[in-house]
Amino acid sequence: MSIDTGVASERFEAALADLDVPVTYAEPTAFDRTLRSIARDPAIGTPLPFESVSLPEWVDEDPTPTSLESAKTGITAASMAIADYGSVVLPATDEGAEQVSLFPDLHVAVVRLADIVPNMQTAIDRLGPHLRDGGSAIVATGPSATADMGALVQGAHGPKEVHVVVLRGTESETAGETDE
Amino acid sequence: MSSADREAKAERIRHLLETEGDAVEANTLGFNRGRYESVAELEDYEALKTEARAIKEDAIERLPELIDEVRAAVEENGGTVYLADDAADANRYIREVASEKSADRVVKSKSMTSEELEVNEALERDGVDVVETDLGEWVLQVADDAPSHIVAPAIHKSREEIARLFNTQFDPEEPLETAEELTMFARERLGELIADADVGMTGANFITADSGSIMLVTSEGNARKSAVVPDTHVAVAGVEKIVPSVEDLAPFIELIGRSGTGQDITSYISLLTPPVDSPVVDFDDPDVAFADRDDDREFHLVLIDNGRTALREDEHLRETLYCIRCSACANTCANFQSVGGHAFGGETYTGGIATGWEAGVHGQDSAAEFNDLCTGCSRCVEACPVKIDIPWINTVVRDRINREGDDGRFEFLVEGLTPDEEPAGLDLQKRLFGNYETLAKLGSATAPLSNWTASVGPVRSLMERLVGIDGRRELPEFERRTLVDWFEARGPRVPAGDADREVVLYPDVYTNYVDVERGKAAVRVLESLGVHVRIPSVPGSGRAPLSQGMIETADEKASRVYAALAEHVDAGRDVVAIEPSDLAMFRSEYEKLLPEQSYERLRERSYDVLEYVYGLLENGADGTGLRTGDGGPEIAYHSHCQQRTLGLDRYTRAVLEELEYDVIESDVECCGMAGSFGYKREYYELSMDVGDRLAEQFTEPEARERLVVASGTSCEEQLGDLLARDAVHPVEVLDPQSRSRLE
Ligand code: SF4
Repeated sequence: MSIDTGVASERFEAALADLDVPVTYAEPTAFDRTLRSIARDPAIGTPLPFESVSLPEWVDEDPTPTSLESAKTGITAASMAIADYGSVVLPATDEGAEQVSLFPDLHVAVVRLADIVPNMQTAIDRLGPHLRDGGSAIVATGPSATADMGALVQGAHGPKEVHVVVLRGTESETAGETDE
Repeated sequence: MSSADREAKAERIRHLLETEGDAVEANTLGFNRGRYESVAELEDYEALKTEARAIKEDAIERLPELIDEVRAAVEENGGTVYLADDAADANRYIREVASEKSADRVVKSKSMTSEELEVNEALERDGVDVVETDLGEWVLQVADDAPSHIVAPAIHKSREEIARLFNTQFDPEEPLETAEELTMFARERLGELIADADVGMTGANFITADSGSIMLVTSEGNARKSAVVPDTHVAVAGVEKIVPSVEDLAPFIELIGRSGTGQDITSYISLLTPPVDSPVVDFDDPDVAFADRDDDREFHLVLIDNGRTALREDEHLRETLYCIRCSACANTCANFQSVGGHAFGGETYTGGIATGWEAGVHGQDSAAEFNDLCTGCSRCVEACPVKIDIPWINTVVRDRINREGDDGRFEFLVEGLTPDEEPAGLDLQKRLFGNYETLAKLGSATAPLSNWTASVGPVRSLMERLVGIDGRRELPEFERRTLVDWFEARGPRVPAGDADREVVLYPDVYTNYVDVERGKAAVRVLESLGVHVRIPSVPGSGRAPLSQGMIETADEKASRVYAALAEHVDAGRDVVAIEPSDLAMFRSEYEKLLPEQSYERLRERSYDVLEYVYGLLENGADGTGLRTGDGGPEIAYHSHCQQRTLGLDRYTRAVLEELEYDVIESDVECCGMAGSFGYKREYYELSMDVGDRLAEQFTEPEARERLVVASGTSCEEQLGDLLARDAVHPVEVLDPQSRSRLE
């Protein structure tokens, strides 16, 4: 498993590099510091469903329409990452994870190393039960973009930038099972 | 078609070439290049396509049952499903939802199905403000223009045009100029409009029957906002969008972006199971935390039939329903690359598959307007991620349109040219081109008189006026002595007893009556490789009538060809074709025209001449008799579109390279002549515009001095017109006797 994860994370990194999306690895102990170095204020977020970390207190965890509009950074958890494509899988939650990942200019997606899956079919196979259970998710790959105005521009309706934080040292948590 | 209609059509195409052609060309070529690059990275591209097709075949087969399943799943989630018979029915339902919500504004993300319904107009009549939130769609809404492409609706607009439009319409403090400025301006404005919208409308690229989810493929994020900001979501989709399960989505996710815009994946693949858990974004209650809300979302899935059930029953058009609307068939189409969807489209749908959609949802008249822009080049066939035989759909619809025609006035003029079962109302031009074989027979029998007559002014202008053959095109000259006659007199030079292989060289109409030289070259090349050659008299393959939509005539020809070749095939002789479009008939279209066994047998035994030469050389034939690149000319090679689709271009390349020729190859999709297309008065300008892309490649400094080599008849003709240099078939290059002629 750990070898697989290693290969998958390398491919994930390569795919993100192609998308110009930066990725930062973080141990749980260094998580706050890592986020601090990435996020711009004001930052909003939705609670992370991981045992080893939670959002620092400078992140507003109770977003409202007002804070959604003024936030520069939105931080949400990804339930999976897809190595082949550099995608993160963002579940919709009733705390507003979908909106938080969409409205601010910078979206920071937090994913556990163990949740990087190799390819699309694996990701969709895992999403099957979640969707049949009434859940929703976005497979997000890079920032929002459009070429409709005559050249490629990022940030058409959604984030202009995406930053992925890969959480290390959480392999003891059951790989692949998400807590949403 | 009358000569005035022809002129009007030519004029409209000319206008589009001038006004929209450049932007359409730049964008579609970019998408198409992206597709090539992106699918090349997929290890299992063919397997994914096969899987995708199998899923759609199964889904359409089980459609009624899947509709019930979707209904149950959506209702269990707390949503509503409405199955609408037609556009009016769907619009009535959507208007009711809007009125129950007392909606002042509906925000919409891009959806072709809603374009099909013209739901915006229906809602606007009720005083509802409908806002398109996809940037391209919004530009069109502001400009009061119609989409010209199913994925990138505003591809025909340049940045400068959009800037001009925005600056006049909105009069911003600082004039907008760059793509970045225009995008941010649109984002801000649309953001405000979305914020206080009452209903969000989206389409659905796929619907999963097991979970009641919809999948939306987007890059901007506007569909996500439209779906989650307001508390009411209406999704409209054709019934054909349903697939059995969530797991079935994976191959489509991998194929849809790559096939369309050439992106490996679009930014957002939304997998929504509405009503979604996400809280409503209520800007009237701006300070209530999302987590504290208790929303009661409403979701309506409006499934549209609008002709789809009938399409499903139609054995020839059923495949249309497999379409995932990726736009690959438009982007890959040489004619579309020049004129875009405003010429190559009907009331809603544009591009290659649009004929099927328009015939299905709006009727034959809508399809008739642009159906002839499909030349049957078949380049879209390998581009299509669900392997739809798009040219066949176009041919079937063309045949049906022919049968509706009523213009039989000039029938007497082509008496004797019409030994077919086709309807009397068939357009005279189509009749002429469809019966090219008869014409060639006549022309050859009376050559050189026929050539002389055909070249004199009054005859040319009559041909232009009555039949619509453009006077600017040089007409092929018929040879008095056909290839079959020449060979009969000459006889084979390699006796059957000495040969390992026996070949029937197929005397296609063009080689037999017009370009006899390339036929002779083929004989000499095969014989120099130790093959026993025969050239029996075999009828035309049916390509010409088929391309005019005369399926019965083509069917008849196919049977006659098979009858003439069956004994040879049974005797273990290989059938070798010089003209790729005829080989493509044997390998592809005959599947539709012959009994399965006959088709299989002929297909297995027939080869492209250079493919055959390649095989002979690979199997140890002695190639020293062939002319080699050492001392031979440097070559600029243009492969034939159907030959490329069959994957046969590589053999010509391999043979030329093995014989040490210096070769550069064109990479355009089609030469633009495409059989009879380029001769037609109404399409001459378009044909030349398409051809320009090829001409450009062959007038580059490194190509300018080279010998132009093309596999197809029409490519040779077109290249001759474009470059004022003669083109030859590759087999003529290899011909041991060709030295003096080509140097
Ligand atoms: S016919 Fe095939 S290529 Fe054309 S839009 Fe449909 S799926 Fe895409």
